[in-house]
Amino acid sequence: MSIDKSMNVLIVDDYKTMLRIIRNLLKQIEFHNVEEATDGGEALAKLRAGQFGLVISDWNMQPMTGLQLLQEVRADARLKTTPFIMITAESKAENVVAAKQAGVSNYIVKPFNAETLKEKIEKVLGHV
Amino acid sequence: MYEQSQTMLEARLAAHRQAQPTAAKIEGVVRSVISTMRGDLSAHETTLLAEVEELGRTIAAAKAEIAALQVDDITDSHIPSATDELDAIVEHTASATNAILEVCETLDGLATELMGAAAETLNTATTRIYEACSFQDITGQRINKVVFTLKAIDRKVAHIVSTFSCGEDVLQPSASMLDVSLSDESGLLNGPQLPMSAMGQSDIDKLLASFE
Repeated sequence: MSIDKSMNVLIVDDYKTMLRIIRNLLKQIEFHNVEEATDGGEALAKLRAGQFGLVISDWNMQPMTGLQLLQEVRADARLKTTPFIMITAESKAENVVAAKQAGVSNYIVKPFNAETLKEKIEKVLGHV
Repeated sequence: MYEQSQTMLEARLAAHRQAQPTAAKIEGVVRSVISTMRGDLSAHETTLLAEVEELGRTIAAAKAEIAALQVDDITDSHIPSATDELDAIVEHTASATNAILEVCETLDGLATELMGAAAETLNTATTRIYEACSFQDITGQRINKVVFTLKAIDRKVAHIVSTFSCGEDVLQPSASMLDVSLSDESGLLNGPQLPMSAMGQSDIDKLLASFE
């Protein structure tokens, strides 16, 4: 199944350097329409105002965490099917389970490489 | 007489239980116990009295040790200085990382003008630099955990000193202590785990697959 790489991707992280890294890695795998948000609240506002084919979010943010953002997305009738990848340094099993129970599409643990990012995006978008 | 003293002591002990225990209050209880033990003492009461006296000496020694700690230096200077140094490390590494990323983005731009193997080689190189630069996020999170721990220690030390200061000047929390509130962090997680205790991506993939 071919993936539409012209889709809008929203990346969410409170660390601007990390946003820059993910944006550049996405660019290298030909996702050029990338928007950024620095916390869950800003991300939710952008998602509700726009049309996004994929969300890639960090977990540890304030005031709204990545997990809370995921729960909000899954509770929103228009957004609930949006693919959502969590990228986080949290690698405890209970975190992964909590994210899965909240409806995460995939989970990438930091530090990650470009190949992992590409593979998870293809897997998630291939299931849409 | 003995019963009356015992009743008074129990009443004082009950009052102390209601209040915040301080070294002064503990000393008061010890003195009350000793005052009920005047007169002829049995062997059992003598042993008890010796233990109470030992407790009093231990409290006095603890107070002396805490006074010798020079906690003002720790809370007003050492810990704030250490946290400032760590904050500066995060700031400098972030700045250096952004400089590296800027150069990398320039190289990416050049790669679009190249063809074939040269473009691919340059792209592979810049990808590896982007991947490596994510160290800054991880080290930043680790350092923030250390800063948070130092501030928690700062708070605990001040609390112990104020508990034992008994009428002397009670230490006020330093500015760095007031910055920290556990409730503010309650929604957050623990940050990166140490490599020996962390799950790898393949473990996480297996765990996720177990739900399917």
